[in-house]
Amino acid sequence: MKNGSPSLAERKLLNQDTYQSWGRYPRARPSCVSKPAWADEVSGTLLKPERSLAYGLGRSYGDVCLNDRGHLVDTSGLDRIICFDAGAGRVQCESGVSFRDLLDVIVPRGWFVPVTPGTKFVTVGGAIANDVHGKNHHGAGTFGCHVETIELLRSDGQVLQCSREQNSSLFSATIGGLGLTGIILSAEFRLRRISSALIEVEGIPFHGLSDFLALAKECDHAGFEYTVAWADCQARTLRGIFFRGNHLPEGPLDKPLSGRHGATVPFPLPAFVLNPLTIQCLNTAYFWTNASRKGISRVYLDSFFYPLDSVRRWNFLYGKRGFLQYQCVVPEENASALEHILRRTAERHEGSFLTVIKRFGSQKSPALLSFPRPGITLALDFPFCGEPTLQVFDTFDRIVVDAGGALYPAKDARMGPDVFRASYPSMDQFCHHLDPKLSSNFWRRVSPS
Amino acid sequence: MKGHRLVIFGGTSTIAGEVARLAARDGSRILLIGRRPGRLQHAAGDLLARGAASAHWLVADLADVSSHAAVVAEAQSTLQDFDTALFSYGTLTVNDRAELLVDYALSEITTNFTSMVSLLTLLAPHFEHRKAGCVTVISSVAGERGRRSNYVYGSAKGGLSTFLQGYRARLFHSGVRVLTVKPGPVESTMTARVPHNRLFTPAAPVAQRIYRQMTRGSRDVVYAPAYWKFVMFGVRGVPEWLAKRLSF
Repeated sequence: MKNGSPSLAERKLLNQDTYQSWGRYPRARPSCVSKPAWADEVSGTLLKPERSLAYGLGRSYGDVCLNDRGHLVDTSGLDRIICFDAGAGRVQCESGVSFRDLLDVIVPRGWFVPVTPGTKFVTVGGAIANDVHGKNHHGAGTFGCHVETIELLRSDGQVLQCSREQNSSLFSATIGGLGLTGIILSAEFRLRRISSALIEVEGIPFHGLSDFLALAKECDHAGFEYTVAWADCQARTLRGIFFRGNHLPEGPLDKPLSGRHGATVPFPLPAFVLNPLTIQCLNTAYFWTNASRKGISRVYLDSFFYPLDSVRRWNFLYGKRGFLQYQCVVPEENASALEHILRRTAERHEGSFLTVIKRFGSQKSPALLSFPRPGITLALDFPFCGEPTLQVFDTFDRIVVDAGGALYPAKDARMGPDVFRASYPSMDQFCHHLDPKLSSNFWRRVSPS
Repeated sequence: MKGHRLVIFGGTSTIAGEVARLAARDGSRILLIGRRPGRLQHAAGDLLARGAASAHWLVADLADVSSHAAVVAEAQSTLQDFDTALFSYGTLTVNDRAELLVDYALSEITTNFTSMVSLLTLLAPHFEHRKAGCVTVISSVAGERGRRSNYVYGSAKGGLSTFLQGYRARLFHSGVRVLTVKPGPVESTMTARVPHNRLFTPAAPVAQRIYRQMTRGSRDVVYAPAYWKFVMFGVRGVPEWLAKRLSF
């Protein structure tokens, strides 16, 4: 316990794998990290001279959660559920509570989060700051639509209660605000009632984008709560599986007992493991397993919503250099832009294993910088191969911007200020609410100054 | 009966927080006693959400010995017939400061030792009356040997451990267990300000060990993690003529 030896947080910093983003590109090294255990300790940590940023579980892909040479506030110690009203379906919790912890508490009592991203290893604070969306966007909108109040700490020490009625403009800026308007201490949001922890799911194969569009429209209107499509973008013509699901109206609420523990990727695999050939094989195999499985099946909600969570640290599959995600949305009438992108991807034979397409609904989020908007969203992932990868993404940017689309900050690691401005016209309005002592790698890249 | 009736003196301590979550999962009734109302409220809410049958909190500065009779009475009225008490409060003494300031040294001894003596003495009739239950007190490996770098804290914990040996013998005949916990350095709010080295362990496994011993075990003294038992065996064996020359 001698002075001068590095503290635990500092030692973790020396280990380069802590406090990175999920895509592991770009790499960043904060100059210091605080890990407050209580909400009342957070304001003290903001007195450091460096600019600060809240860091949750590091599941954003790009650099919205990074603060190179700055100060990170690790919120994972703020993990208390302050109040869970099981009658009304409301929960108030500290910002570091993960969806996993929350689900363990609410699912057995008949509630589910109103909106969930594809992993449960996100914090409530992160879900708000990125205004995350899920497979039910066409019906439920984004996570921000269900948030009622946010307790926000500004760097001047003020703690503000933000809601649609109180500090409403700061409320709108904080949802989807990428953690730049203050540190979210706690939040209150509504839950969705469920009567079973099972999901009734059906996978329908499709060929071509128009086929997908027709299916998506039909299912969204037919009342399927969750819809999403996985696509094989390396096939000669686009093919994929369209998944539609609903909560089972009746059934068990408990977790199925299984002794199975998910696999863990122990270390960043060599880059050649995920090469165009292996990706193509995986894609083909995935397509045919799902295409041959006819009919409706019942699965536990974890395997429907969080299939990737069963492999811990799956991002290590992409090797040391990491990977990039590209998620954009374009208006439905310009959906052909996505065909361009998919064609370019197929031509390059570089491959993306986790290609996801979804039709967004028209629910409006209170967020100023909300990514989801009516249209079709496409998410691709590419192993990071240096300059060539960045160049392809630049060509994608032009296609998306010309089509009147937008990019998703939570998945971005490289878009320029012009693309960000084109994606988010209300950016100037947002800038009024910035906290002067907060910043991130992402913001330094896209901000106007 | 499902769960326990658990009173925690030092309800916002990191280790106690983890123990309380384990107790909550078993459907216990829990009373948290601590200094900061905001923290207690969040912690109690969390325990309720995680399955506690009830979670109450009581604001008290336990270093203030004069309030103890009222605190014990309040605990008895809130959680009638509680069967388990956990003492988890304490401060990490800055030894350099305690070497210079007598008042500081004495107040540290009060917080870490004499205030516990006061509370434990006031609680004894409650447990003797109910003839069952468990009193768990978090002492420290630091109490096993006075060391140059933290002998003030160490002496308080050493005194506490010795007190508990006799206290255990007193309550033994009433069928009440007294469990002395001797953790090594733990990552917690108490140790947040000191630089952490390899000896530090996260609070969760320490809490699991405490909770298991508290609810199902039969030991009188438990080291957490277990290897500290052997480490301290070695440390105690260092002869005094050598120990006085060391500055660890």
